[in-house]
Amino acid sequence: MTHFSSKDVRYLAQLSSVELEADEAKDLEIDLEHIVGFFEQLSELDTEGVEPTYQVTDVQNVWREDETVDTYGVEQSTLLELAPEAEANSIKVPKVL
Amino acid sequence: MKTLADYSGMSARQAVETAIGRAKEVQDYNALIELHEERALQRADAVDRGEVTGLLAGIPFVAKDNFLTFGGSTTAASTMLKDFKAPMQATAVEKLEAQGAICIGKANLDAFAHGGSTENSAFGPTKNAHDMSKVAGGSSGGSAVAVALDIVPFALGSDTGGSIRQPASFNGVVGVKPTYGTVSRFGVVAMASSTDTIGVLTSTVDDASKLMDILAGQDSRDMTTLPDFFTPVEKLKGSLRVGVIRESMTDEVDKDVREKTQAYLDRLKEQGHTVTEVSLPLLKYSLAMYYIIVPAEISSNLARYDGVRYGHRAESETLSELYGKTRDQGFMPENIRRIMLGSYVLSSGFFDAYYLKAQKARTLLIQQFETLFNEYDVLVMPTAPSTAFALGERTDDPVHMYLADIMTVPASLAGLPAISVPAGTDAAGMPIGVQLIGPRKSDATLLALAKTTEEA
Repeated sequence: MTHFSSKDVRYLAQLSSVELEADEAKDLEIDLEHIVGFFEQLSELDTEGVEPTYQVTDVQNVWREDETVDTYGVEQSTLLELAPEAEANSIKVPKVL
Repeated sequence: MKTLADYSGMSARQAVETAIGRAKEVQDYNALIELHEERALQRADAVDRGEVTGLLAGIPFVAKDNFLTFGGSTTAASTMLKDFKAPMQATAVEKLEAQGAICIGKANLDAFAHGGSTENSAFGPTKNAHDMSKVAGGSSGGSAVAVALDIVPFALGSDTGGSIRQPASFNGVVGVKPTYGTVSRFGVVAMASSTDTIGVLTSTVDDASKLMDILAGQDSRDMTTLPDFFTPVEKLKGSLRVGVIRESMTDEVDKDVREKTQAYLDRLKEQGHTVTEVSLPLLKYSLAMYYIIVPAEISSNLARYDGVRYGHRAESETLSELYGKTRDQGFMPENIRRIMLGSYVLSSGFFDAYYLKAQKARTLLIQQFETLFNEYDVLVMPTAPSTAFALGERTDDPVHMYLADIMTVPASLAGLPAISVPAGTDAAGMPIGVQLIGPRKSDATLLALAKTTEEA
């Protein structure tokens, strides 16, 4: 049975870019352990030599000409209005460096 | 319940006003997040003036709130998108509007469609149409209840692992999850790209068939869409070979559900179809496969909600704090559980044991289905192991909640068409649904078969 420590949960939260509150992290230790424990049953299946299925259509690569397509009728200004903060035709975020 | 035919001869304004009035009358069920009244009435008047025509002229509907629409917000039932105004509409919505249909509002769901009860909504749970103390099922719970309560004759839903079929079953309506790739997903909030499908919830099988005929088809904006193969089957020719899946009729399934499924099979026999018990041994492993593969895809698809380009943004000093706090505040606990599970099964050291193992097991499941479809035309099993459960009953136990999807995830993993049709009620009067599953692209045949038993 896989055990989830608080350190494991902190690591997964970091991989997931989620800043957890302390009580959320505690709940997740229990829930993730419970859920991943449920996955263990798959080890009963013999999958030796079986190819994985990542998608279920027979569609392979769908190519198109390298041409500019329509913009779905959406103006740049409309998209910038959706941004929480924008300035001078750019989306603004806190300082990175 | 209302059907499409009920609207013939009615003005669009009257149809829309009646739908909006009914929505307000039953708002305690919390089926809808938002009404898009102004735009709906404008469109109704345009239909009445003859400016918009089509097969669905003036007929009101609701879209699950993970479909981008004009006229108001598209929230995905989350804090993350609670004020999001879509700059474009989903292809499915555009196709319905091109036929004159009118979207009157947005239906509640589990946030980002993660859930099986519509309790994981930032706007509160939707209540079952037949008993307000019970869940609506999910994640298209609002869509199912809106149809069951007579607000609209049909609703758009999305089904990734049962999210149309299971709430359809819990509320006594018809729910169609088509063959993977039948309907464009452009403009629908992505969950798990390898199993996400778009379908409808209706009161009759005929209406579902008419709507799928309108919705099906290739879209250059969704590269997984198939060339339109959907042609409604007016009348079935000859008898079909029906297989009932043994593993779905065990003691773990409610007795009433098993009995009503059996009664449905008896009706199929009376119609001249052959019914044989068959085995799908991997059924019980499907749920574990699903809850590895789908969270993996969720963790990737939901990476886009970072507080930068749109949606909620948390007050922050640094960029990494902005990402972390935005995502903690904007997501519901179930969203975070699934994202973190996905990160786990994809992380180095665990990838082979979980993600790769599940994708290999999925191949075996698909092979078992293919073997069965060599001998049978249709497979039947209950849509859910129980009728609607009590609100709050499973919210503290994720695995118990996931078990509500046990019957619906196999068809999703294999990309097969599956529909849920009403098949009576349990002793307490709660609806039971029976699920018909067919080989890829057999959607119209499944609906035609369901039609024969609907009339019986």
